Amino acid sequence: MNVLQFIAQNRTEVLELTAEHLWLVGASIALAVLIGIPLGVLITRWPVFSKPVLGSANIIQTIPSLALFGFLLPAPWIGARADRLAILALTLYALLPLIRNTYTGIKGVDPAVVEAGRGMGMTDRQLLWQVQLPLALSVIIAGIRVATVLSIGVATIAAAIGAGGLGEYIFRGLAMVNNQVILAGAIPAAALAILADASLGWLEKRLAPR
Amino acid sequence: MNNSPNPGPAIEFRNVWYRIGDENANGSDNVLLRDLTLEVQRGETLVLLGRSGSGKTTTLKLINRLLAQSAGAIFVDGRALHEWDVIRLRRMIGYVIQETGLFPHFTVARNIGVVPQIEGWSADRVRQRVTEMLQLVGLEPQLASRYPRELSGGQRQRVGVARALAADPSFLLMDEPFGALDPITRAELQREFLALQQRLGKTVVFVTHDLREALLLGTRIALMESGQLVATLKPEEFLHSKDPMVAAYVDAFKTELSPAPRNQDAPSK
Repeated sequence: MNVLQFIAQNRTEVLELTAEHLWLVGASIALAVLIGIPLGVLITRWPVFSKPVLGSANIIQTIPSLALFGFLLPAPWIGARADRLAILALTLYALLPLIRNTYTGIKGVDPAVVEAGRGMGMTDRQLLWQVQLPLALSVIIAGIRVATVLSIGVATIAAAIGAGGLGEYIFRGLAMVNNQVILAGAIPAAALAILADASLGWLEKRLAPR
Repeated sequence: MNNSPNPGPAIEFRNVWYRIGDENANGSDNVLLRDLTLEVQRGETLVLLGRSGSGKTTTLKLINRLLAQSAGAIFVDGRALHEWDVIRLRRMIGYVIQETGLFPHFTVARNIGVVPQIEGWSADRVRQRVTEMLQLVGLEPQLASRYPRELSGGQRQRVGVARALAADPSFLLMDEPFGALDPITRAELQREFLALQQRLGKTVVFVTHDLREALLLGTRIALMESGQLVATLKPEEFLHSKDPMVAAYVDAFKTELSPAPRNQDAPSK
């Protein structure tokens, strides 16, 4: 039987794994947004921190994913449950695009607009919320898009440490030397990535400064 | 605002210097303002005239503290700048710049209403004020719901002026506001500005490099060169001044207004 028949036959399991996958990605992106966007705003205010913050996020991203999972395994609370560990690692990976895009998005706002806003007596907070963030939103969403697609990919490796997700099928299929099983994990994962990219890309275009 | 207006000058500069960067590195090249002493009288339009790099925009930005002076004292309404709360200060000073700096994601109405809104006016009061302002600068009410990108340059700058006046500030700082407009629109806005000034009597500091604009709009003209104040004169005095720098500036404009005759024997194609 072909892959689609296999998926149809095992649809409960496929859906379960997809749900686990979405949980890993969703939780880590949410955390990365909550940490990354404020950090991005911070380094626009205090440029002295921009090099170290962007530098650290960059280094974290270059660490191979399996190696990062390996580093975090011995950690006390995190290492205890595989999905916590995976979520932490995924969050760390998602940080760079979010911090960097928030930073460039805000820096990219027309300086005349910022000068006018400041000159008319807007406080820093008013300037940030009413002018800079709305105008930087499209670039920030682009960062979220990149981070999400990245996460969906790296999350397949989470199965190697027992965190579940569609990677389960991929690793199982590799062990069984069974292409169908591998594809039953790979195809839904790819589909998720494409879907995320398309929908967030649509949102990005909608919000782009006209 | 003030029931008993302060009798002194509206804005005063006393021995103000402005330097950028490290004063030990490179010597005098980073001194943008040198020992500036200047007074702006209540209700007048003081024009800061000068070429690029003369320090006129720097002087303007020191008034609303977009820049902080390196030395010397600046007084607004008799109070030293550092005693003012900078946000309060800026909200009583209208600021109009050449690029307009309109918020692209706000409609014209929301742009005009920015300061009233952040000052906490009621929605009704803001709406009413926006209508008044549109009328004041000669824009049709239906433009209120448009976005800046849908407007012409002249319309945009009118919105810029309306926005600056919305909270009824006593002061107006204008940095070459009409510089990016075509000559016809520029002349139109200059005339309208004059009429507005006659009606409202704000204290205006107006930066320009255009002598004709200065002569037309200024109650007094302060000529600046290389960060120093050369002379402060009334328009008529300016034209006939014997001061070498003033005369040179007037001369430069005379040449522009009547260029040398072209060669009659230009080759034809």
